[in-house]
Amino acid sequence: MVLEPSMRDETNDTSPELTTDEAALLEQMPTLTGVGQTRRQFLGQTIAGSLGVFALDLIAQQDALAALPPSADAVFAQQALAQEMLKLTLDINGTARALEIDPRVVLLDALRERLQLTGTKKGCDQGQCGACTVLVDGKRVLSCLTLAASVEGRQVTTIEGLANGEQLHPMQAAFIKHDGFQCGYCTSGQICSAVGMLAEARRGDVSHVTADVGAAAPELTDHEIRERMSGNICRCGAYPGIVAAIQEVHSGKQAARTWQFAEPAQLARVRKEDRDAAV
Amino acid sequence: VKFDQPAGQNPIDQLKVIGHPVDRIDGALKTTGTATYAYEQSAVAPNAAYGYILPAGIAKGRIASIDLTRANDAPGVLTIITHENAGKIDKGNFYVARALAGPDVDHYHQAVAVVVAETFEQARAAANLIRLEYVRAPGVYDLAAQKDTAPAPTRGGFGPPPENRVGDFEAAFASAPVKVDQTYTTPDQTHAMMEPHAAIAVWEGDTLTCYTSVQMMNWSARDLARTLGINRSNVRVVAPYVGGGFGGKTTILADAVMASLAARAVGRPVKVALQRAMMMNNTSHRPATIQRIRLAATPDGTLTAIGHESWSGNMAGGGPEASTIPTRLLYASPNRMTRLRLATLDLPEGSSMRAPGETPGMMALEIAMDEMAEKLGLDPVEFRILNDTQIVPGTATRPPSTDPQSTANTQPDGPGQPFSIRQFVKCLRTGADTFGWNGRNPKPGQTRQGQWLIGHGVASAIRGGPVMPCAARVRLSQQGVVTVETDMTDIGTGSYTIIAQTAAEMMGVALEKVVVRLGDSSFPVSPGAAGQWGAASVTAAVYAACMTLREAVAKSVGVTGADVTFAEGHVEAGGRRVPLADAATPSELVAEERMEYGDLARRFAMHTFGAHFVEVAVHAFTGETRVRRWVAVCAAGRILNPKLARSQVMGGITMGIGGALTEELAVDKRAGFFVNHDLAGYEVPVHADIPRMEIIFLDEVDPYVSPLKAKGVGELGICGAAAAVANAIYNATGIRVREYPITIDKLIDQLST
Repeated sequence: MVLEPSMRDETNDTSPELTTDEAALLEQMPTLTGVGQTRRQFLGQTIAGSLGVFALDLIAQQDALAALPPSADAVFAQQALAQEMLKLTLDINGTARALEIDPRVVLLDALRERLQLTGTKKGCDQGQCGACTVLVDGKRVLSCLTLAASVEGRQVTTIEGLANGEQLHPMQAAFIKHDGFQCGYCTSGQICSAVGMLAEARRGDVSHVTADVGAAAPELTDHEIRERMSGNICRCGAYPGIVAAIQEVHSGKQAARTWQFAEPAQLARVRKEDRDAAV
Repeated sequence: VKFDQPAGQNPIDQLKVIGHPVDRIDGALKTTGTATYAYEQSAVAPNAAYGYILPAGIAKGRIASIDLTRANDAPGVLTIITHENAGKIDKGNFYVARALAGPDVDHYHQAVAVVVAETFEQARAAANLIRLEYVRAPGVYDLAAQKDTAPAPTRGGFGPPPENRVGDFEAAFASAPVKVDQTYTTPDQTHAMMEPHAAIAVWEGDTLTCYTSVQMMNWSARDLARTLGINRSNVRVVAPYVGGGFGGKTTILADAVMASLAARAVGRPVKVALQRAMMMNNTSHRPATIQRIRLAATPDGTLTAIGHESWSGNMAGGGPEASTIPTRLLYASPNRMTRLRLATLDLPEGSSMRAPGETPGMMALEIAMDEMAEKLGLDPVEFRILNDTQIVPGTATRPPSTDPQSTANTQPDGPGQPFSIRQFVKCLRTGADTFGWNGRNPKPGQTRQGQWLIGHGVASAIRGGPVMPCAARVRLSQQGVVTVETDMTDIGTGSYTIIAQTAAEMMGVALEKVVVRLGDSSFPVSPGAAGQWGAASVTAAVYAACMTLREAVAKSVGVTGADVTFAEGHVEAGGRRVPLADAATPSELVAEERMEYGDLARRFAMHTFGAHFVEVAVHAFTGETRVRRWVAVCAAGRILNPKLARSQVMGGITMGIGGALTEELAVDKRAGFFVNHDLAGYEVPVHADIPRMEIIFLDEVDPYVSPLKAKGVGELGICGAAAAVANAIYNATGIRVREYPITIDKLIDQLST
């Protein structure tokens, strides 16, 4: 099963990645010709937007299965199979990395535990938080739900691959400038997601909140950015800083400063009834 | 060094670096993925084995049997540790729950076993092959069912004693012309920090080094030593970067204990992370509360009685949620009563979460204030201002002790305890002015934009601004670099940056010339990042150490006198100007100090204050609530770095919005666990939920706190935030919801379309 939101090809052909139900749905969709994107892209977006629900269903299924007494033989068969090692060469940040791994290894653990690329974070390991977001062929992917073996032959970009030597990627610099993080644990995922999201917008992909789905390129308002970034959770609550950083990279617009010391004029207006003590 | 007099003029007041909105000095590491969190310290343990915890599948009972046969035979398995082979395990001083179940199970998802294998995948697979049989025992899981019989707790949780009386509350309430008497509920909440609890344990002989994700290094080393039954001096805990804590990583948890046991058993380093899906039930949470608030007032709006009772539950030995803390301090009234009750429940442990006490207390109290303002026909901002107090209520005279059973604390005679500074009214007025509060329609349900009902709400904020003893060491190198070492942590709080700003200001060097090393229990002891005391405490320690270093520098280069200045990397006095680096020749200079405190905190109540103003839109047909606009005004002493302080306040407000609208651990009252134990089921705010916010700081200094005259702001933002949303929803819809979170189902039946 491929759990990445994007589609590999952009033709209107049904693809083996789709289930029968999905393929039938796709056929029933009205043709969206000349509206800035193919219906395949639209479907890709829709799937990306509903990934949380999708993942929830999966997890519910897993929980239900886990509640059943497993057949020990079945588990052993799986174990035996798992000891078959896979030899892979992955393209990580432009470098070929050879791996010999258990086929159960997900891309996230391959990066963190085998390749010492610990910039990609494990926040939930079940596709719910976005901390593990990396770019595969330039598109956002949750590396915790992606088997390492499935990205052979594709270009994987992680947070470690965004900067050009000592020169930070503009998104990294903007995150620092706008204080788009606190503890830093969601930050790699936020930045990779933001870079991927801007590419989606350039390509004309629409979102749930796009007012005009017929526009060639939807305007990336703060509202659009928030919607498109909502798969990346930040518990510290740095969201306004993240949105300001992304908007600045996208449009060059300087975000208005959102903190201030109370101005003297402001205080003068309120002072007339001031009962406060000042030591 | 002892701080026992209000701070006068000192080198911090130059404000060349302090008070400026400089970027985080750890920003480049965090944005490039090169900051190393607990599970990522592979450089120190390249050969680490992987531990995977199997959590208990029952809430209460006993493990009847453990069958490890198949798991032990699984590929890659090195060992499996359960209560049968773990040896004696004790507990630390902070958390109540045991790290390892067996034979008794004390709560759901308590660790039952840790499987150690060569790889993560092997350990996970083998954990699924363990066969357990349990004998269930009946448990108590429903707070509401225990309410009427819950006794008074023996201690007040993270707050003062559990009962407090001033005047005659009952008589004053009974005879008052205007009253509010309502009950509010807040649910169990979980920290849900982004970095799961994780640990790498490395033994060298009898000495243990544990890389783990915690907020307090000193307590963690103490508790790990106690739990394992080894000497404190043989334990070192390291946490240079911590992916969020919010009170949930106060000290070590099962991951550190299991990793340490496992590493000792297999004779090599072991790394363990808690699976996200076991965090909510395995670790601590903010307990649910039921709160009854009674307010009485005269028709002109003067409060004459304030009563606040709060019921919460915890496992045996745990403390209450001290929801009544803010009620003792916020508003004037001659007659007052606060009371905590604590039920014993068999749910996971309740403990500290961001502003424990104040957060749930203000969720209730600030709705009650809104209700009273409406009954009185007063503007809710004006009503709060009318009842401001400049002394701690109840401290002016000794309260009569009429109840011999009462555990109420007695207050001294005298004019009353003043606040060190209290600009609460200015927060309210400045916020109202900035927000445009005058344009609000006080009548609920009147403002409509298309399908959306628009409402505006206000709530106060108060949170203690304490300062704690703290030590720090500073080094001046021959290159003129100032290095600061303390076991303070930076859990996203900005400690690295404000410590560097403090040292740069004190030593007269550029920020780039300061190196800060944190999160190592071998460094001088700090109180850790908690209780909103981190910023004030650690900067005061750095100040003290730098004062000593300045003396050493002056002595080393032979300058004397009162006019010694430190600026631009030089020390200057009496016409001599010497590079700072010269003082560190031939060897580096080191100064270490511990800042301690006199009785200022007893003479003056030290708190931070604020006011929240919020606009919400509630969908007239679906009941969906969107937060559209936020203005918060904060008074928290000197703001050391307004960019970072703003992030702290916004983060608190964001968690408050979650508490208002979505966050609730759903209790399965039959089986005894939190059902929605992952980030899909427990809904924290996401990007789309959070609007642009305007954060205003009053330009304030509080010389009673520390030489920096600064207080923390990490917990102020969450206080009152949820109630501001609740009040705005009422203003939008006319529907008063007193049971958090305010989800669609609580609105939709009453929405009149």
